[in-house]
Amino acid sequence: MAVVSRQDIEQVALLARLKLEEQELATFSAQLDEILKYVQQLQAVSTDTIEPTSHVLPLSNITRPDERRPCLRPEASLNLAPARHGQLIKVPKVIE
Amino acid sequence: MTIHELRAAIEGGRCDPRQVLDELLERIAQHNPRLHAYIRVEPERLRAALQERLQRGPRGRLFGIPITIKDNICIQDEDTGCSSRILTGFRPPYHATVIERLLAEGAVVMPRANMDEFAFGSSTESSHFGPTRNPWDPDRVPGGSSGGSATAVAADLALGALGTDTGGSIRQPAAFCGVVGLKPTYGRVSRYGLIAFASSLDQIGPITKDVQDCALLLSVIAGQDPRDSTSAPVEVPDYPASLGQSVSGLRFGVPKEYFVEGIDPEVRDAVEQAAKTLERLGMRRVEVGLPHTPYAVAAYYIIATAEASSNLARYDGVQYGYRAANGSRLQAPGSRPPQGDLIEMYLRTRAEGFGPEAKRRIMLGTYVLSRGYYEAYYLKGLKVRTLIKRDFDEAFERCDVILTPTSPTAAFRLGEKLDNPLQMYLSDIFTISVNLAGIPALSMPCGFTASKLPIGMQLLAAPFQEPRLFQVAHAYEQATDWHRQTPAIALN
Amino acid sequence: MHEPVIGLEVHVQLATESKLFCGCPAAFGALPNSQTCPVCLGLPGVLPVLNQRAFEWGIKVALAFDCELADSMKFDRKQYYYPDLPKNYQISQYDRPLARAGHLDIPAGEGTKRIGITRVHMEEDAGKLLHDPQQPHSYVDFNRAGVPLLEIVSEPDLRSPEEAYQYLVELKSVLRYLDVSTCNMEEGSLRCDANISVRPAGGAALGTKVEIKNLNSFKFVRAALEFEAVRQTGALKEGWRIVQETRLWNTKTQHTEPMRSKEGASDYRYFPEPDLVPFGIERSVVDRLRRELPELPAQRRARYTAQYGLSAYDAHVLTQHRRIAELFEQTVSLYAKPKPVANWMMGGLLAYCNAKGKEPDEVAVQPAWLVHLLQAVDAGTISGTMAKELFVEAIEQQQDPQQIIAARGLSQIVDDGVLGPIADAVIAEHPKSVQDYRKGKHNALMFLVGQCMRRSEGKANPTQVTELLKQKLHQQGQEVTG
Repeated sequence: MAVVSRQDIEQVALLARLKLEEQELATFSAQLDEILKYVQQLQAVSTDTIEPTSHVLPLSNITRPDERRPCLRPEASLNLAPARHGQLIKVPKVIE
Repeated sequence: MTIHELRAAIEGGRCDPRQVLDELLERIAQHNPRLHAYIRVEPERLRAALQERLQRGPRGRLFGIPITIKDNICIQDEDTGCSSRILTGFRPPYHATVIERLLAEGAVVMPRANMDEFAFGSSTESSHFGPTRNPWDPDRVPGGSSGGSATAVAADLALGALGTDTGGSIRQPAAFCGVVGLKPTYGRVSRYGLIAFASSLDQIGPITKDVQDCALLLSVIAGQDPRDSTSAPVEVPDYPASLGQSVSGLRFGVPKEYFVEGIDPEVRDAVEQAAKTLERLGMRRVEVGLPHTPYAVAAYYIIATAEASSNLARYDGVQYGYRAANGSRLQAPGSRPPQGDLIEMYLRTRAEGFGPEAKRRIMLGTYVLSRGYYEAYYLKGLKVRTLIKRDFDEAFERCDVILTPTSPTAAFRLGEKLDNPLQMYLSDIFTISVNLAGIPALSMPCGFTASKLPIGMQLLAAPFQEPRLFQVAHAYEQATDWHRQTPAIALN
Repeated sequence: MHEPVIGLEVHVQLATESKLFCGCPAAFGALPNSQTCPVCLGLPGVLPVLNQRAFEWGIKVALAFDCELADSMKFDRKQYYYPDLPKNYQISQYDRPLARAGHLDIPAGEGTKRIGITRVHMEEDAGKLLHDPQQPHSYVDFNRAGVPLLEIVSEPDLRSPEEAYQYLVELKSVLRYLDVSTCNMEEGSLRCDANISVRPAGGAALGTKVEIKNLNSFKFVRAALEFEAVRQTGALKEGWRIVQETRLWNTKTQHTEPMRSKEGASDYRYFPEPDLVPFGIERSVVDRLRRELPELPAQRRARYTAQYGLSAYDAHVLTQHRRIAELFEQTVSLYAKPKPVANWMMGGLLAYCNAKGKEPDEVAVQPAWLVHLLQAVDAGTISGTMAKELFVEAIEQQQDPQQIIAARGLSQIVDDGVLGPIADAVIAEHPKSVQDYRKGKHNALMFLVGQCMRRSEGKANPTQVTELLKQKLHQQGQEVTG
């Protein structure tokens, strides 16, 4: 019994903004299914009383003072853009 | 030549750094086409950079010394691409903190060591620029993801290098290439400027020819950084001072879960021999248990891919890097209406920009975070992580360091594991728990297989106990000869 | 009969020196992409670090709404793809936000109504996306990316569009008192989305709710909710079901319209932000910040009715703007008659602000000016009407009215020597009115007073003129009747 269906994969690919070819969909379905079956073994571990660890270091309250720091010159970031329009970055329009 | 030897020679006036660089560049020109440790090298720029350093300083601890940098560490105005097509042309307008620290000590920064794309991999085979080859046997992988860095150091195409480690990506290539690699305690080294794979697991660390160089490089790059909220406010001790101290009376733990079926017998023997050497040095062997070891790979691949899928979401062709060309979309009659040119751009940019392993991990990570699966996978993974960390906390109450093999096998052949991603993941079994727990670990050579492939052993310590690691590693190193062995190719 | 059930989600930009996770300024109206750095651009390799003041201001806001502060708060990633979101995730807060379970009391009839506040949390703002009207392109400006936002979510306790409006007015009032934001809907430093459903009056179950966006003023919020309430009620009466959707307010048509659908409900895949550690909210910090809170509108209102004997209505109007309240108190400390001062604040200053479309903070007024005006009226130097004109002039010229009066010789004529002949002349010119007055028509006297005012170019003291006229008419009468 597969853990993930072809439809699951298509949905995940859309969420992840990846356009997959037919071949890739088939391959990834199989591979992801195998991996997910493997990781399901975690269900065997009893964790009812266990807190999750998001951060391994016991750090808290790391902040910075509310002070201004130098900005990038606009050219420094705009020059990196694949497409620009004056001082703005240009992208294809969203068709709602 | 090691960094510390070169440093002494430069300070003693016996050596001109320019000559060292020239020799290095010559060797690179000769061997890199075959080994492909470097994605690219620009000799003239390097010579000019060295010249400037020699004239203007600063005369720090790495004065005039070139350090090789992996392709996921930002160097200002230098192509930084994580060996991926999707970052083609990206030149960060800023330095990573570790780069600033190297420069502040007078080093010359040497781009660009090859890597697995976005650090996803254990073989450097997923690089957009083609694989790197193991200098001990060019038909084999150097390990990954810091394969380029490890190969360069092993083949004497670099004096020392920086790599990154999320699940073993410094230690495993160090083991496969017969050099020293350290993953520092999580938070020891700033991640600012490291292009993230898994934010709660990543660390930058040194890959060097010997333990002394490793200690030196760590002392340069370590320390809290106000730009990294996860970097630790822990003072940096004098790492080189830990070298040369007696290890008599220290205890080393041997986890029974790490010596089960599936380890190559030659690897097991080599590590057993290393254990005996440690005992001869006066250390005491204790058996420790790390009972949640079997679950580490599963927990890791859930957590790491989840974080990676999120960290890689920004690669979308909007601000920098690769953007898919704007093709015309001819609508077949009766087909689904277009979702919008913007969404097409996202879909195609990422489909064309990422390689298959990157896509696989993004998919897996997206899945385990998605609605309905978060508790069963991601949250569960985080809880198992707590148990794994606890295992180590308890183990370190009974010993000062833990000894394990770095990898179940020595270097495998190129292409051998590409068909089965799960098999590739399982080979990370010995290195992965370390990242989950956030503890420091060092890999160093401890023998060779019959076919002259390096075997690596791993030393683990409690958080911020790098001095202990260096102390034991150095003692072992001085009692053995492995670090003086170089691949045939390096002798030419 | 159906009743609307309304909840409001307000986003407030905090006016800190720098952005939430980096040191870029967050000024409105700067050249595009000039207030950015690698961190707020989300360039590869960068990391966020929390702005300490933004954190403290968040706590202050939570205290002002009587919220329960978290012992320890954390940040989470909210993931979706959009060009104005540099990392394609927003650093926000999901399950351990800054604060929960607070409330805001709004005026309702003679008393107040308590509106619950579900939660207050911190998050970073996105950049701005502009659409080309003709070409199939959009343009991104990242100046706004990373600006600190507080999201304030109300319980669905509002029962009419008017209550929603009052809620927003009161919310803004509190936030302005704290001086944590400019709260300007036009500039986008305050934004509001509304949720509305309808149900049979007095019912317990909630109907299907509709979200409304693109609301650019408090008045539009009220208008959109009015429209929606009617639309939903009408639909239900006809037997239709309400579709759960997001609708946009169209100011031109004054209707809400369905947003063209995106791909289903979003899966934001929230998970804890690994680049930020948790933040404990310590008792000592909370106590310090609580002590630093200014007196808030509700407390001030209570004090005004008690201390100054003002009506609830007057207290409410005066305390809506901190600046007005402060001016009021400063003036009363110099001229101890609260009621006239209150009237001047409302009818004079606030009326001026409304007429000119200005916020009270933008108008510079010295308490001494009003005091001088009131004293001058008391002394009979100027009339009440003149005082009103002089008040406006004082603001516009930024000059003490006392000086204006002196400079222009505007003092009222109180000298009988001057007023007498004027009165005589007017009496002589209007015999009919005099007769009318003698017949008992009081209006005739007023007419004569008016004529005196005209002759004196408004400078005559009306009370005095009235008395004088009465005396003269009486005298004359007596002379006549003898």
